[in-house]
Amino acid sequence: MTEQVARPVKIRTIGRRTDRADGVEKVTGRATYAVEHGVDDGVVDPLHLWLVQSTVAKGRVSAVRAEAALSHPGVVAVIDHTNAPRLHDTDNRELAILQDDRVGFRGQIVALVLAETLEAARQGAALVEVDQEVDPHEVELTEHNATYRPETVNPDMDTDTDEGDVDAAFAQADVVVDHTYRTPYEHNNPLEAHATTAWWESDGGDERLTMFDSTQGVHGVAQSLAPMLGLAPGQIRVRAPYVGGGFGSKGEAHAHVMAAVLAARTTEGRPVKLAVTRQQMFALTGYRTATISHIRLGASADGRLDAIEHIVQEQTSTIREFAEQTASPTRMMYAAPNRRTRHRLARLDVAVPSWMRAPGEMPGMFAQEVAMDELAVSCGVDPILLRELNEPDTDPETGLPFNNRRLVDCLRHGAERFGWAARNREPRATRDGEWWVGTGVASATYPANRMPGNAARVRSLGDGRYAVAIASVDIGTGARTVLSQIAADALDVEPSAIDLEVADTRLPAATVAGGSSGTSSWGTAIVAAAQRFRKDHGDSAEPGLETTATPADDPAEERLSFHSFGAVFAEARVNHWTGEIRVPRLFGVYSVGRVINPMTARSQFLGGLVMGLSAGLFEDSYRDPRLGHVVTQDLATYHVAAHADVLDVDAEWLEESDDTFTPMGSRGIGEIGIVGTAAAVANATFHATGTRVRSLPITVDDFSGADGI
Amino acid sequence: MDMHLTLTVDGEEHSLDVDTRTTLLDTLREHLGVTSPKKGCDHGQCGSCTVLLDGRRHLTCLSLAVAHEGASVETASGLATDGLHPVQQAFLEHDGYQCGYCTPGQVCSAVGMLREATEGHPSHVTADLIGEVDLDDDEIRERMSGNLCRCGAYVGILDALRECASQ
Ligand code: FES
Ligand code: FES
Repeated sequence: MTEQVARPVKIRTIGRRTDRADGVEKVTGRATYAVEHGVDDGVVDPLHLWLVQSTVAKGRVSAVRAEAALSHPGVVAVIDHTNAPRLHDTDNRELAILQDDRVGFRGQIVALVLAETLEAARQGAALVEVDQEVDPHEVELTEHNATYRPETVNPDMDTDTDEGDVDAAFAQADVVVDHTYRTPYEHNNPLEAHATTAWWESDGGDERLTMFDSTQGVHGVAQSLAPMLGLAPGQIRVRAPYVGGGFGSKGEAHAHVMAAVLAARTTEGRPVKLAVTRQQMFALTGYRTATISHIRLGASADGRLDAIEHIVQEQTSTIREFAEQTASPTRMMYAAPNRRTRHRLARLDVAVPSWMRAPGEMPGMFAQEVAMDELAVSCGVDPILLRELNEPDTDPETGLPFNNRRLVDCLRHGAERFGWAARNREPRATRDGEWWVGTGVASATYPANRMPGNAARVRSLGDGRYAVAIASVDIGTGARTVLSQIAADALDVEPSAIDLEVADTRLPAATVAGGSSGTSSWGTAIVAAAQRFRKDHGDSAEPGLETTATPADDPAEERLSFHSFGAVFAEARVNHWTGEIRVPRLFGVYSVGRVINPMTARSQFLGGLVMGLSAGLFEDSYRDPRLGHVVTQDLATYHVAAHADVLDVDAEWLEESDDTFTPMGSRGIGEIGIVGTAAAVANATFHATGTRVRSLPITVDDFSGADGI
Repeated sequence: MDMHLTLTVDGEEHSLDVDTRTTLLDTLREHLGVTSPKKGCDHGQCGSCTVLLDGRRHLTCLSLAVAHEGASVETASGLATDGLHPVQQAFLEHDGYQCGYCTPGQVCSAVGMLREATEGHPSHVTADLIGEVDLDDDEIRERMSGNLCRCGAYVGILDALRECASQ
C-alpha cells in the first residue's frame, strides 16, 4: 500500500455548516438498518433467529430438550452446544458460543431457535427446555473481592502508576480530601438494538459469509470472526450502511453476531436475521462496570495539590477480561509531585463488560472532579481558581509537553458565558420558592486518538467529480457528512462533487468508530489518498484513474501529549419538600481542535452532555445479588433522559486548529461531552443543598429528610 | 393461527393473512417491507415504532395487527410522499437527530402531537384544561416524552417543533 504523508489541507468547506448527507433518509425512515434489508440487497427469504439464555450464573448445560419447540409450527431448527457448527478457535469465550456445555454467567446464549417467522422463533425459544447444573458462583462486586491486578487496563495502559512519596506527602498536607466515589453499572442502550443479518454462500468450494451488522466497525467484525470460523478476512463481507447508535457497545462483535453466523451456517444459504431484544441487550452486548474510586487529594492550605491518589475497584467477567481505565484521567489532569493510581478488579461470574462512551474518563472524572470540588470547599477557594492553580506545565504522567492544553481557557470562557462571577460561594444559600438552587463546575478531558490501519481510495469520475471510498461507519456522528467535507477540501472541490462510499469491508480498511478516533483516523487517510492522487494524476485526471493510500506515521505523536479539554457548568434545583432534582442549565465549552461541521459537532457535544446528565440523575442497572444479572433490563426501569428531563443544554467551542494532530486541524469530539458532566451536576446539587453526593445516580433519597431537605 | 387483514399503509392498500400473534409493527416491517417505523424496545417504552393510525399517534409494537382490520397507517415515509413534511424539514434544519433510529417515530409523534394541541387536548403540564393550548417549550417537552432519543437530540427536536408550533 502506498504511504503518503498527509499535509495540512487548505480549509474551505471544513468548518462550514453542511447538511447531513443522509438527513432525508433518516427523517423519512427510508434509511435501512441491519435487519431491514430486503431482496434488493440479497436478503431473500430469510429465517428468523431467537436466543435462549442460561438461567444460572455458573454451571453446565446437562440437556437441551427441543422436542416441544421443534413441533411448534414454523420452527426449523434448535441449535445447542451438541449440534452447533464447530469453531476453529475458542479463546475468546465471549464469542465462542455453543462450543461446550459450560455456563459462565446468567443470560449466556445456550441455544438458538431458527424459524420461518419471528413469532414462531420467539415462541419456539420459550418452548426449549434447558437443564442446567449449578456450580458455586460469585457475582457481587465489593471492596473486599476486587483485589485482582490485571496486566494492563483498556486499551493497553499501565495498571498502576507511582511517582514520588505519596504517603509522606499526605502526612504533611495542610488539607486532605479522602473519600470514596461510586458509579453504577450502566448500559449503552443504543436505540437500535444490536442486530445482524448473515448468510453463507459457497462458490466452487470457496466459502463466503455476507453480513449486514449493526456495528461501529465493519473490518473489526470481519477480523475477529475470520480466525474463529477458519476463514480469511477477505471471505467475510460486512456492511453497516446505517447504525442506530452504538456508544461503544457496537465497537466489537458480541456473542449475538456469532449466533447469527453459526445459525446461518446450517441453513444452506438462507439468510438469518437476528435482532437482540432490549432485555437481552442487558446481558449480551456489553456495559460499563460499576466503579469504586478511593480518592485522596493532599494540598496546601491555599489549594495547591501535593499528592493525588486514585485507587479503583471494579469488575470484570471470568469469561473475558475487560479492565476499565478509570484512573487514567487522574494521571494527566492536575499537577502534583506525588501520585499513585491503582486498578483492581473482581473477577465475577457475570456478563462481559465492555466499552461505553468515554470508558475510564467518564467514571474517573466523576470521582476526581467531585473530589476537586470538595477540596475547593475545604480550602475556601473558588473551584475554577483551584483548577487554575493546579495546571501542570507538562503532562504529569509522561512529562511530554501538551500540544494544546486549553483547560483554563475553557473554564474562563464558560464562566463568563454561564455567569459564574455572580455565584454566592456559600452552599445552601439560595432558595427560590420551594427549590434550593446551586451551580457547579467540572473539567472534562479526553485523549486525542488517531489509529493506524486506515486507508482510502480516490477515483476520478470525470467532470470534476470524485469517488472517495473508506470502510468507516457513521453511527449517527455525522461521519458521512464530515468525510465528504474533508475529501472536498483535500481535492479542492465542492462537497457535492464527492461520491462517498462507506461501511463495507470491500472498501479500504477503516478502524472503529470509537475512542473519538474516527474522524481523525479516517479523515487523515482520505487526505493522504487525495494528496497522493493529485501527485500521481494531477489536477484534471482522466476518469477511472485512482489512488489508494494510507497515511505515513507521524513522528509528532511521540513528542507531544495530545488531549482535548472542556469545562462543564450546571445549575441544579433541588426541591425542599420532595428532593426532586432538576437541571435547568447545562453548558459545556470545549477545546477540540478545529470543528469540521458546526452543526453535527454541536449535536455530538449536546448528545454527550445529555448522556452525562442521564448518568448523573437516572441510569442504574440494578443487579440481582444472587445471580448477577440485571433486573432493570428494559427502558421502563433503566431510565435514560427523556425530553422533559432535558432543559437548557448548550455547548460552545474555542476557535482553534490543531494542525500537528491531523491535517484537518481537528481532534475527536464524540466522547468528551459525557466527561465531567455528572460531576458538574453533583457539584451543583451540593452547592444548592449543602449535601454532598458521592455516588451516581443522584436521586431523591440522597436528599430526603423528615422536614424537607 | 392466521387471520385475514386489510390495511392501508401510506395510501397503499394491502390484503394479507397474518398470525394472530403478530404485532402491527412486525406486520409492517416483516410482512409488508415497511421499515420506516423502528423497533427500539418492542414493549411500548421508547416510541420509535410510532405511526399515525387513523390520524392519531400510536405505538405499533403494542398492538396486534388483527385488532386493526381496515385501519389506515401513515408512517414517516408516507408523510413525505409529496416532498418532506414541514416537521421533517424542521428536523433537518435544526439537526433534531443523529443516528436516525428514533427519528421516524419522533416525526410521527410530533405530527400527532401538533394536531392534538390544535384540538385543545391538555397535557400533564397544561395549567388551563379548558382553553386553547399554548405550545411552549415545557408543553412540547412533556408531549414528546414518550419518544426516547439515546443520541440526545432533544434540543434540536425542541427547536424544530417550536418552529413548527409557531406556524
Ligand atoms: S418499539 Fe414500540 S415503543 Fe419501543
Ligand atoms: S437520533 Fe439516535 S436515538 Fe434519536
